[in-house]
Amino acid sequence: MKMPNLEHPAYPAATLLHLESLVPCRESQVSMLLSIFGERQQFSFPSIFIYGHTSSGKTYVMQTLLNTLKLPHVFVNCVEYFTSRLLLEEILIQLQSCCSEAEQTSHVPCDSFNDFVRLFKQAVGSQELQDQTLYIVLDRAEQLREMEANILPAFLRLQELTDRNVTVVLLSEIVWELFRPNTGCFEPFTLYFPDYSIGHLQKILSQSHPPEYSADFYAAYINILLGVFYMVCRDLKELQHLAVLNFSKYCEPVVNGEANERDTRKLWKNIEPHLKKAMQTVYLREISSSQWERLQRDDGEPGQLKGLSAHTHVELPYYSKFLLIAAYLASYNPVRTDKRFFLKHHGKIRKTNFMKKHEKTSNHLLGPKPFPLDRLLAILYSIVDNRVAPTANIFSQITSLVTLQLLSVVGHNDQLDGPRYKCTVSLDFIRAIARYEHGSASVKTERAQTANEYR
Amino acid sequence: MKTSAMSKRKSKESGGANGECISQTFRNKVSELNLQRNCKLETFSCLKVQKLLRERFCHHYATGKLFGMDHQYRHLLELLKRTIVHGESNSALIIGPRGSGKTALLKHVLKEVKEMKQVRENFLEVHLNGLLQTNDKTALKEITRQLHLENVVGDKVFGSFAENLAFLLEALRKGDRTSSCPVLFILDEFDLFVHHKNQTLLYNLFDISQSAQTPVTVIGLTCRQDILELLEKRVKSRFSHRQIYLLNSFDFKQYIRIFKEKLSLPAKYPDEAFAQKWNNNIQHLSEDKTVQDTLQKLFHYSKDLRSLHLLLMLALSNVTVHHPLITASDLHEASKQYRMDSRANIVHEFQKFVQRKAHCMYNFEKPVVMKAFEHLLQLELVKPIERPSVRTQREYLLMKLLLDNNQIMDALQVYPNCPTDIKQWAASSLSWL
Repeated sequence: MKMPNLEHPAYPAATLLHLESLVPCRESQVSMLLSIFGERQQFSFPSIFIYGHTSSGKTYVMQTLLNTLKLPHVFVNCVEYFTSRLLLEEILIQLQSCCSEAEQTSHVPCDSFNDFVRLFKQAVGSQELQDQTLYIVLDRAEQLREMEANILPAFLRLQELTDRNVTVVLLSEIVWELFRPNTGCFEPFTLYFPDYSIGHLQKILSQSHPPEYSADFYAAYINILLGVFYMVCRDLKELQHLAVLNFSKYCEPVVNGEANERDTRKLWKNIEPHLKKAMQTVYLREISSSQWERLQRDDGEPGQLKGLSAHTHVELPYYSKFLLIAAYLASYNPVRTDKRFFLKHHGKIRKTNFMKKHEKTSNHLLGPKPFPLDRLLAILYSIVDNRVAPTANIFSQITSLVTLQLLSVVGHNDQLDGPRYKCTVSLDFIRAIARYEHGSASVKTERAQTANEYR
Repeated sequence: MKTSAMSKRKSKESGGANGECISQTFRNKVSELNLQRNCKLETFSCLKVQKLLRERFCHHYATGKLFGMDHQYRHLLELLKRTIVHGESNSALIIGPRGSGKTALLKHVLKEVKEMKQVRENFLEVHLNGLLQTNDKTALKEITRQLHLENVVGDKVFGSFAENLAFLLEALRKGDRTSSCPVLFILDEFDLFVHHKNQTLLYNLFDISQSAQTPVTVIGLTCRQDILELLEKRVKSRFSHRQIYLLNSFDFKQYIRIFKEKLSLPAKYPDEAFAQKWNNNIQHLSEDKTVQDTLQKLFHYSKDLRSLHLLLMLALSNVTVHHPLITASDLHEASKQYRMDSRANIVHEFQKFVQRKAHCMYNFEKPVVMKAFEHLLQLELVKPIERPSVRTQREYLLMKLLLDNNQIMDALQVYPNCPTDIKQWAASSLSWL
């Protein structure tokens, strides 16, 4: 019989072996937890804080550990039970099923932590537990900070307040220093779950290979996938999602008979553009996985992908487009350059000392600047070919742009100088709009855009 | 409590060999049993040691010893004796930083007081905690419950807090004794009671302790040194201004002695040989240079005994049958675990944001970098200066970074598979600061 790496006198070796198979690449963390937990009836730390990145296995390892070793525990997610009342009542409900044989769990009203302590002491005194340590695991514990101020410190001290053998385990992505209350609290034992390394990820992902194909084939596929996505994403859940979605495309040559399982170069040539496409869309969750699968079957063009961020299908009236372009120019070009770009006869701009000092910060990094309405109209008149009359039509189009949140109003409604606006769209959007213009208008917009990139 | 050794023994006994000669079997069995017994004894001792020490570190404040608090101990004991034996009212505050032993001190004193012969059996204790009783109404209900006066109060409706409290204390006076029995109010996390509305509870308790009706002692425990400034003027004037400070005022030599005492097994321990071995090991450890260095580092970081307990718990959890004595390396490992810089672990994510500037092969699209940046926000490594509103776009929100350069440099050193141009970029831009 293979001896497990995890050893503990309190638990039989067979269980530990089974546990080890369920939590690959996390042996050191599990053995540390086991040594801290100790025997079933022994006291442990009153509170333990486990932190690590998303998908580093904190929830999974805790649940597997407690379930496999059959330790009495209560598992609650603090985002699901987001107020203190919901949280405390849920813990009491789960305690009922843990501590007594009764099938029915009745709702126990619990308003405050004071009641909770009293009801908890009553519930834990039963024979079922036999003085074993009870574990209360609170997932996404950063939500505890949003509840009343006494909840977090009280949970950390629960062992002292109730005088029972209980340990509270907090799981979170955020470090402990951001949790600590101002006047201090009972410090828990902190344990870090490091990220999976690329070798670990390879091992874990290769475990879930579909039965039709060999393990080596799947392992090669995972290797390619990790090679493309590892730089961007080390998140196990995301990678699993991507692996499942793209596998059918990878197998296509084999299914069609064009290549056999070992033709790595052909398979790579087939899958590589596909994975690059996947990076833009599925990783960003712009399109759902079912849309992606449909697209793969129909073999659609990447340009047709209608993501959430593609604004190109927004249709604007003629003058609105020009208004938007003018607004963009007004937001990002400083006022003194207007004379140069938009007038026929202009002089040179001499750089003053002030400009030389402040040349480094590009307007693109600082964001759009507010501009008055008059300036917007002035720029508009200069970029539109034919004469534009300042009718109510134009002004109502400005208002509708504000409603569409393509422009935003800055300042108070009853400002005496007139309204000031800011352009809230990006250069890519403006370029997309300007592409559809024809004639000299487009020439002017192109010129203005190069002027924009003046710095 | 079944040990694996015990279960092994049972299984071996049941599968006895039939074909062997009886005397041989008998001799085998005896030697086996001896071996098993020794093994079992060792396992047993090991587990018992764990149990005992775990209780000492994680639980049971009243059974441990107190260190460096003799003066305060005598003061508090005197105070309680005067209330309980002589019927004087009093109030006191025990002030000390977190983990300095306030609750432990109080529990010890209470234990000793209860064992004193002069104490009449009927003094009452009411324990209130600022974390649990978050307003005065709850506090009053809790007082009623702890004094077992729910039946007496019944459904009466009182006008004010003071009336209610007076009624409760009057109810204690019933019986043929002419004087009422003393009540001890112990308020844990006293600084939280100060934030209740009008500080009614504190006002009434201190008021009663000044008026001569029932002998009442109010003892508050708090970690805030400036607690007196938080009290309202009328509350402060009724307080006796008796303060007991616990300031962890021991030096390093005493700290090492405390370390030894905390780990030693008591003289009454059943397995004498093992206890002797264990205590000798502890003595050696306390003289070992690496252990002293480890303790020195912890001592400089925080003097309180609670962090010492955490360190010792960690070292203790490594004790098993195969490793029955604590070694210096255990303590070293435990101290490394305890003092790991948490921020450096999490800063790895910073690397993804940084890649935008690196001139490496992969040019990532802007949305991909935004997603990574949002992850940084979620980890609270960068924080917006003001709350995000509709007016400002997400991309142009001003942020501030909550880390300093050393942490970033440390994290980059430790990060696996870090591209070299990122390391160089970080080194060049962070080094001039």
